[in-house]
Amino acid sequence: MLELRNISFAVNADETDKEIIQDISLTIPQDKMIVITGPNGGGKSTLARLIAGIEKPTSGRIFFDGEDITELSITERAKKGIAFAFQQPVRFKGIQVFDLIRIATGRKLSVSDACKYLAEVGLCARDYINREVNASLSGGELKRIEIATVLARSSKLSVFDEPEAGIDLWSFQNLIEVFRGMRKNIAGSSILIISHQERILDIADEIIVLKNGRLVRQGSKDDVLPELLGTADAVPECRVGGVQKGGAAND
Amino acid sequence: MIKLDEMQMRLLEEVADLHKVPEGAFNIRSDGKSIGRASTENIEIVPREDGQGLTIHIRPGTKNESVHIPVVMMKSGLKELVYNDFYIGEGADVVIVAGCGIDNCGTQDSEHDGIHRFYVGKNAKIKYVEKHYGSGTGSGKRILNPGTEVYQEEGSTVEMEMVQIKGVDDTNRVTTAKLAAGAKLVVRERLMTHGQQNAVSTYVVSMDGEGSSADVVSRSVARDNSYQKFDAKLVGNAACSGHTECDSIIMDHGRILAVPGLEANDLDAALVHEAAIGKIAGDQIIKLMTLGLTEAEAEEQIINGFLK
Repeated sequence: MLELRNISFAVNADETDKEIIQDISLTIPQDKMIVITGPNGGGKSTLARLIAGIEKPTSGRIFFDGEDITELSITERAKKGIAFAFQQPVRFKGIQVFDLIRIATGRKLSVSDACKYLAEVGLCARDYINREVNASLSGGELKRIEIATVLARSSKLSVFDEPEAGIDLWSFQNLIEVFRGMRKNIAGSSILIISHQERILDIADEIIVLKNGRLVRQGSKDDVLPELLGTADAVPECRVGGVQKGGAAND
Repeated sequence: MIKLDEMQMRLLEEVADLHKVPEGAFNIRSDGKSIGRASTENIEIVPREDGQGLTIHIRPGTKNESVHIPVVMMKSGLKELVYNDFYIGEGADVVIVAGCGIDNCGTQDSEHDGIHRFYVGKNAKIKYVEKHYGSGTGSGKRILNPGTEVYQEEGSTVEMEMVQIKGVDDTNRVTTAKLAAGAKLVVRERLMTHGQQNAVSTYVVSMDGEGSSADVVSRSVARDNSYQKFDAKLVGNAACSGHTECDSIIMDHGRILAVPGLEANDLDAALVHEAAIGKIAGDQIIKLMTLGLTEAEAEEQIINGFLK
């Protein structure tokens, strides 16, 4: 379905090129849920943005269903069937949840159809459909609406950039159920999730580990997850000092 | 029965959402003359002696009635100054729809300056809607200079919706309000300018009575080479609460000056202003592009939503 061939991406910082992604080649097969994980700053989000077309690679090619899409715009890739959920959902003044879902489906939509997508992400549709997608919504609510817009795309490839970021434990529980549901109905499509969360890694078919911009491990969940759980890489916030910082344990 | 031609109908639809002659009290002014008028038992519309405007009396306690007084102009070069005075009786609850549409296909400027004065009785409630619209391919300008004066008695509520989305070349809008105890004023202004247009909107709201409140919010978009000035001043002369907000998007070479002003003359006056001007956030465009819209379509959606 999606193939990255020798993808590199560099940014120019302080007059030196910094390579964020270095020569990554990988394939996302159809009917699979793939989770990309690895330490912060390893290039995961950049890779997702390269796939959606938000960034263009410095070198290498991207193929989607056999077609070279490297030069295609975000819009063209969306129309070909790539959907992307932002790590930090965008807020809009005046645009309502219904508008966003209507735009996502790309067709005329009844309110009850739009409500179905909200129900899928565990939001009581009636309470949200006319809300503005603005700062009055909490991080967890915005995140679920973001995911609903991706569901509404019914895309061949759905990319989620750290869906767990910025949401509370209760919303997270619900999110896992959303992804489980998507995994069940994956036939004919693929899902790519950037995540640190063990429970998201646990529902993957395959896990890819990125570190310092390089692909260091790719394999089935059963092979890769046990290796990760033995290291500090999978959930660095939790394992390296996060508990002391965030919890009351310091007192 | 009043006969309206196609152009009159189109302008009336734009400024007053009218698809036919309205029900209830109304006056339709076309090219400087009243072409239809009706009063009801509770709402009396009386033309001024000089022909330049109306006096509208709304009986105390009138409920669920509306007044439509749209103005349309098609003649190039026409300039008019009109005074409309509204006397709203105690406890009335009515909707007033004004608005002006100018179609100018000629080379001379067309101008409508409407001065509206509202005397709002105790505990009365009005919703006032005013839309401005311009069309026509002529080089003559379409100019609208509305003046609005609001005098609110105790416990009255005035909600104003001012909309100018398209086609008006030059506007100088001045709105003043004086609020007695417990009176409430809510203003929602939506403005979009394009081309070489110029729009100035000035508010001076005096909260003179205890417990009065005002909320004046403007959302605007300045495109092309247009210019806008939003100057909103809230004066708190008693224990009151006031909020004013100007939220604007600039595009192309559009320019906006926001001048929020607060004046507290009483220790218990609580006044807040907010103003933000900026271009459309890149992330918003990218998000809509990932949903399949082109960059131009994304911009259009963002602006439509913003001005909705």
